Amino acid sequence: MTLATRERRLGWGLMAPALAWTLAFFVLPFAAMVALSFAHMDGRSIVRGFDPGNYIRFFTDWTLFKALVNSLEITAVVTVVSLVLAYPLAAIIAFRVPARWQRLALLLAVLPFWTSYVVRSYSWLLVLGQNGVVNKALLWAGVIAEPLALSASRTATVIGFVHFFVMLLTLTIYANLIQLSPNYARAAQDLGAGRIATFWHVILPLTLPGVVTGAFLTFVLCIGDYITPQILGGNTELTLPQLIMLQLGRSGNFPLASALSVVLMAVVTLAYAASARWLRLDRL
Amino acid sequence: MRVLIWAYMAAAYAFIFLPVLVLVVFSFQDGRLPVPPFQGFTLRWYGSVLGNAKLMSALGNSLLVAVVSSSLALILGFLAAHALARVRLPGSVLLRGLLIAPMTVSYLIIALGLLTVFNQTGVRLSLWTAGIGHVVINLPLCFAITYAAMGDQQRSAERAARDLGASDWQVLVHVSAPMLAPALAAAFFLSVTFSWDEFIIAFLLTRFDVTLPVEIWSMLRSGLSPATNAVGALVFLVSTALVVVLELTLFRKAKP
Repeated sequence: MTLATRERRLGWGLMAPALAWTLAFFVLPFAAMVALSFAHMDGRSIVRGFDPGNYIRFFTDWTLFKALVNSLEITAVVTVVSLVLAYPLAAIIAFRVPARWQRLALLLAVLPFWTSYVVRSYSWLLVLGQNGVVNKALLWAGVIAEPLALSASRTATVIGFVHFFVMLLTLTIYANLIQLSPNYARAAQDLGAGRIATFWHVILPLTLPGVVTGAFLTFVLCIGDYITPQILGGNTELTLPQLIMLQLGRSGNFPLASALSVVLMAVVTLAYAASARWLRLDRL
Repeated sequence: MRVLIWAYMAAAYAFIFLPVLVLVVFSFQDGRLPVPPFQGFTLRWYGSVLGNAKLMSALGNSLLVAVVSSSLALILGFLAAHALARVRLPGSVLLRGLLIAPMTVSYLIIALGLLTVFNQTGVRLSLWTAGIGHVVINLPLCFAITYAAMGDQQRSAERAARDLGASDWQVLVHVSAPMLAPALAAAFFLSVTFSWDEFIIAFLLTRFDVTLPVEIWSMLRSGLSPATNAVGALVFLVSTALVVVLELTLFRKAKP
């Protein structure tokens, strides 16, 4: 046995457990789910076959399709707002905070990131609710006469999401900014660029891969999340994950839930294709 | 300009900490609702939480699932990373893509896929099935972190060990793993945090014994209560302590 064959055999041996696990518990289940999405319900039993009915129903029934529209709208707003809020914070920490305090500033900025995800949404309920902190404060200050309907709305969902993703994006953008050599900015300013021109033409383009990567992560995590809209959004409108859970829970309609999941997956894949040019998932 | 900058920073930190602050303050509420006005200080909600057998067993379950699934994910990820970094395998780009793929898929989809298969094969839902799901989401993470940490310096050390007569296993256990210790620890603790906090997979793939996030979820159904605040504050305290310890030991040393 040559050394190369021996090496290769060893390589496959080391690779096998992870590969087998991924095939058995990720690829196979996904395939099973896709297959199930082409089945349909007859009363309470599942009839297998090749029936695109679930997909046709999704694209023609507005009550179902609306969930995708809601999800896309919420995700778009959350991604943009989070980026706009997180970038200045990351820049301040990277460029204005003295070097020895930077890690502490960053650690603090993302500390609530480590609290329980479910509890974080619940906390926003306490802040935004009918009797919550914001309403009580505004009433007390005399700004409003009646409590605002902040919770159980899309606004609440967006605030809850933005809170989470501002922390995530501050981390990823900071990591990008800190790697930049100060020479870029110095060179631009030597050549006569003002502060704004330096940022717009030099710093921002250089950090674009990090920004896009963060935006993609935000998109994927936001559009697939069930908890935040379920706790904060009330029942006025449904997002796609909520619709999927509703199909599973109330009606046990696994085929339709599977079809909706395939749609969700397709949307994420499209987002990936759109941003793939700038994505640096390996360098997170 | 300078004032504006610090004002922005202060506002951002206020926004980030507002919900946590409200959560913790009203966990001491001497009243039935965790909303203003603050009616006085009490520790009884913490007492009721620590005396709640269901919560405590859920906490134990969460720890068990997190540690077992993260250990398995770490071992599988480390071995695969070692294979791809050391041996030239055909289709290695494809293999790497396949191992990373679960990272880009929503947890809900991973959970639903597994639920479909478990239903069809008659596997009963338990902490084990949730653990399987958690290995699926943490394996890519462990793989990516250990793979990124494998450098040339390590390759030389491994070659030297092999030249001196060490077997493949000896190299793996006595050279590769110790040299990668910071990366392995980071991957393990990140996995533990993700698994510990994961909701949707645990929700769909467990039945009678549940994990902490699922138990907290069912507490939420009965409306606002300072008891939920107390649980949340305790979880926050534990995670924060863990992060601070990690920051002070592991990541400080990992920095050059």
